[in-house]
Amino acid sequence: MSRLRLSRWWFIGTLVFALLSMLVPLPGVLEPFKPYWPALILLYWCIESEDRVTLGMAFTLGLVADLLNGVVLGEQAMRLCALVFIVLRFRSRLRFFPMWQQTLAVLALLLNDRILLLVVRVLSGASLPPADWWISPFVGAALWPFLFLLLDDLRARLRIQ
Amino acid sequence: MARARDESSPLFAGNAAGTLRLIFYLALAMVLMVLDHRNGWLWRIRYTASAVVEPVYRLAGLPAVGIRTASVAFADRERLTEQNQRLREDLLLANAKLNRMGAVAVQNERLKQLLDTQHSLELNVQLAHVIGVDMGAYHYQITLNVGARDGVKPGQPVIDAHGVMGQIKEVLPTTSVVMLITDPEHAIPVTIERSGLRTVAYGSPDGDQLSLPNIPLAADVRVGDHLLTSGLGGRFPPGFPVGDVSSLAPSSSGMFQAALADPAADIDRSEDVLLLHDQAEPDGPPAPITPMGPPADLAPPVQAMPAPATSQAGAFVRKPSAPAPADSSGTPP
Repeated sequence: MSRLRLSRWWFIGTLVFALLSMLVPLPGVLEPFKPYWPALILLYWCIESEDRVTLGMAFTLGLVADLLNGVVLGEQAMRLCALVFIVLRFRSRLRFFPMWQQTLAVLALLLNDRILLLVVRVLSGASLPPADWWISPFVGAALWPFLFLLLDDLRARLRIQ
Repeated sequence: MARARDESSPLFAGNAAGTLRLIFYLALAMVLMVLDHRNGWLWRIRYTASAVVEPVYRLAGLPAVGIRTASVAFADRERLTEQNQRLREDLLLANAKLNRMGAVAVQNERLKQLLDTQHSLELNVQLAHVIGVDMGAYHYQITLNVGARDGVKPGQPVIDAHGVMGQIKEVLPTTSVVMLITDPEHAIPVTIERSGLRTVAYGSPDGDQLSLPNIPLAADVRVGDHLLTSGLGGRFPPGFPVGDVSSLAPSSSGMFQAALADPAADIDRSEDVLLLHDQAEPDGPPAPITPMGPPADLAPPVQAMPAPATSQAGAFVRKPSAPAPADSSGTPP
């Protein structure tokens, strides 16, 4: 029972951590290198555990993220929904990919996410972003193996399903 | 997601229900986006949820504060002493300048009283600290630790020690968001200090410069010219430094010159900023002056008045900005 509760709190804790890291700014030069943390953490939970992440949950998390730092309400909700849908669809295959293939898949997902974001921003009348705006997905993909192993290791230590 | 476990091919777990659900959520998100874009709900919801949202901002700002504190704590004594010395010298210099300006300011005030204008050199400011929070929109925004409860209103100009930074865009009870002058959607009316030419400085997409896309070809502008706020439009008070012209080239259409300018304020590095409190008086013609004349009961009947006199009075009312009396502005037909 307490194991179950611990696992739920651990899940919520990682999501809150993702939202906070999204808000924490990096010093000026590193700013474009910041990965989209909520997407990475949500990806991990999608791949790792069977029924924990649903589309509705991704939508809610996106709304909360929008409330915290969004430009338009519903923007991140849409992006996270699209991301989670694709991952859930290919989950069984993604799980058994070797790490480098998984990393490439994550890169494709994050790039797709940026394109969605760009479409939303341009449709809402914002100007085109500078070129270094496209670095972030690559940083996210480069961090993926380490994040995956770290979270997996922590999960094994805490013996969470 | 409700997944059918008994499906024949577990490698392709998605099913019709999943796709439907996706379409439903995407449609919901789009409806939300459109409604929010039209009505600006996001800020109203943020304002309502400020009890939750603002502590999160403060929490997210903690690492930045921590780094700042640590850099002071671990900075060696020598560097701090040196910084202190430099600040002292700056203060001395600034005070000396102020003392010299004091007399001029008093004289200016007296002359302005004689001219009966209300522009004043006094500044009514409020100090605010920058909270290190990333607000998503590329990076043309900063967040401040003062808000509606401190009397902050959208539209207030924000300056630092070197020049104009931007203006307040959105206000929460104890935080507010500043739109920087380098935001491509921001425009600030400026005047070139040396020649007095008035133009408009927009933000640029790179996010760290200002662009002045339409300067007349014949205008006298040089690299290194200082830009000041012109006070037109009434949002920013006149006379604050905005930036320095850093490059100049003919625009792509060939009809204008386009200049780039570096902002004078430390846009990325400021930790403390000042909010200007009294907004600039809107520039433009003053309120129409009622034409002077004898009291109504003593005045001759209107139809008895000669026609030229009425048209002259009308011209005077319509052109109140002309300091000279109306009789010099041309003879009526």
